[in-house]
Amino acid sequence: MIFAAVFAGGVGSRMGNSDTPKQYLELGSKPIIIHTIEKFFINEKIDEIIVLCPKPWVAHTRSLVAKFIPEGKKISVIQGGDSRNGTLENAIKFIEENYETDEDTVIVTHDAVRPFLTHRMIDENVDAALKYGACDTVIPATDTIVESENGSIISCIPDRKKMYQGQTPQSFRLKELERVLASLTEEEKAILTDACKIFSIKNKDVYMVNGEVFNIKITYPYDLKVAQTLLKGKDDND
Amino acid sequence: MINAVYRLVAPGMIDIACTEPDLKTSVILRPEYLSICKADQRYYLGNRSREALKEKLPMALIHECVARVVFDPTGHFKKGELVVPVPNTPTEDDDIIAENYRRSSHFCSSGYDGFLRDYIDISYDRLVRVPEGLDLRIASFTELISVAVHAVSRFERFSHSRKDSIGVWGDGNVGFITALILRALYPYSKLYIFGTVYEKLGYFSFADGTFHVDHIPEDLTIDHGFECVGGEASRFAIAQIIDMINPEGSIGLMGVSESFIGINTRMVLEKGLRLFGSSRSGVADFERTMQILKDNPQIAEYLENIIGSVVEIRSIPDIHSAFSQDISRNFGKTVLKWMK
Repeated sequence: MIFAAVFAGGVGSRMGNSDTPKQYLELGSKPIIIHTIEKFFINEKIDEIIVLCPKPWVAHTRSLVAKFIPEGKKISVIQGGDSRNGTLENAIKFIEENYETDEDTVIVTHDAVRPFLTHRMIDENVDAALKYGACDTVIPATDTIVESENGSIISCIPDRKKMYQGQTPQSFRLKELERVLASLTEEEKAILTDACKIFSIKNKDVYMVNGEVFNIKITYPYDLKVAQTLLKGKDDND
Repeated sequence: MINAVYRLVAPGMIDIACTEPDLKTSVILRPEYLSICKADQRYYLGNRSREALKEKLPMALIHECVARVVFDPTGHFKKGELVVPVPNTPTEDDDIIAENYRRSSHFCSSGYDGFLRDYIDISYDRLVRVPEGLDLRIASFTELISVAVHAVSRFERFSHSRKDSIGVWGDGNVGFITALILRALYPYSKLYIFGTVYEKLGYFSFADGTFHVDHIPEDLTIDHGFECVGGEASRFAIAQIIDMINPEGSIGLMGVSESFIGINTRMVLEKGLRLFGSSRSGVADFERTMQILKDNPQIAEYLENIIGSVVEIRSIPDIHSAFSQDISRNFGKTVLKWMK
């Protein structure tokens, strides 16, 4: 089976004047998280969807799903973890407790606040996860990346041609992901917050899927304005 | 849901925009193959008046497409079914005027977004199923075939019953497809093709005769004619048809021109001719097209020859590449395999 795990764990502390977690802010006519879930809902490669959100928002999220998403595919809304890894572990635990899994089970993980992902990106994530075991969605870096050890002096400037910016989805064969996570020490778990980085550090290949420049993460008020502008073009049939 | 739409914002410039299709009312399709039409190319190159460009852009191009159903909240189609979306959308009912001639109808890629998008959201009654086994590259330009079928349907309505000989002017895609449909529906009529490029005339091997417009036998006449030339040259084609046609014949006008085209009305009157215009098509024409393709499998065999190239689309530069290839093609269709 192929599962989509939509991570809505953030509480939106970076989002300007709004107390509402950013994934619940309106974009167009619906909350951002609904736009994101809909992309997985209509993709035929995805069998079931799990939405992971902060405990106080579980009931609200269930209501939103019931209100906006038509019947047709099972969507489970459950509590996320305290960290990204914790949320990932909750998703894995939920799948293992409720479904038969095998080596071909795939989990496609995605940020709820990236509603602009495309059909192709989901398809290629599923294909790459099945073929290579793990994949990350990336775009070539456009800005020069500067590294600094102490935050004041540049320690190195890597070759931009080799630099990419990570997006989501990140996708994995579930069993392989479980094995890699099980091999981490508690210390490593605390430091390593990115599942693809964990694979990389454990010398496992992570395939790169082409993202899109517009697959933005809505983190700051500026991002929401950009997202609203993308939607404000001449509407269909107006 | 947020949908990515690839709009022409200015001639030669395509940019992404986003729309919000409604999952509770629209059938959601994923394009499989699309095909470039001359009208798209005119927008892409900026060969329209400044007013038209200002009024219609930004707009997603392309109105010829075959797609797969990914979600249908209305229950009319199964997930995975192959369909052709009809680009014409009527906004009112009319028992007399066909949907494609109503001034209130909307047409994709002419003032309204075409099919160059990640998902197509469309009403279920604008979809026609693809017959099993039909080559999807050919199905991608069903719309163009339906335009020819529509013209021939109007010809059936307006023309007298003597159809011993029919002439088609124009050796391009529209002429080729119209001639193929006429061949299938009128197997006992003499079918003559008139064009300007010998190489292209050579493709019409199913016709009874092909002629360069400068070398037509003096004694050749036709009962009815179709003008599939368009542009300034349609003036000469129409004049030639009027000269060669027998009295009370019908002339189907199918070529689009940006300028006024003069017509020899004296001879139209003297011969008692009927000139009828034909443009675009509606759902009924798409359905008849599918039936004709099913009943006449040889049509698809001929149509396979006009697929000029198939361009895989994974990015906006790939779309530019497809349009660029299409510009340099003097015959045949440029088909886009949608992988974006």
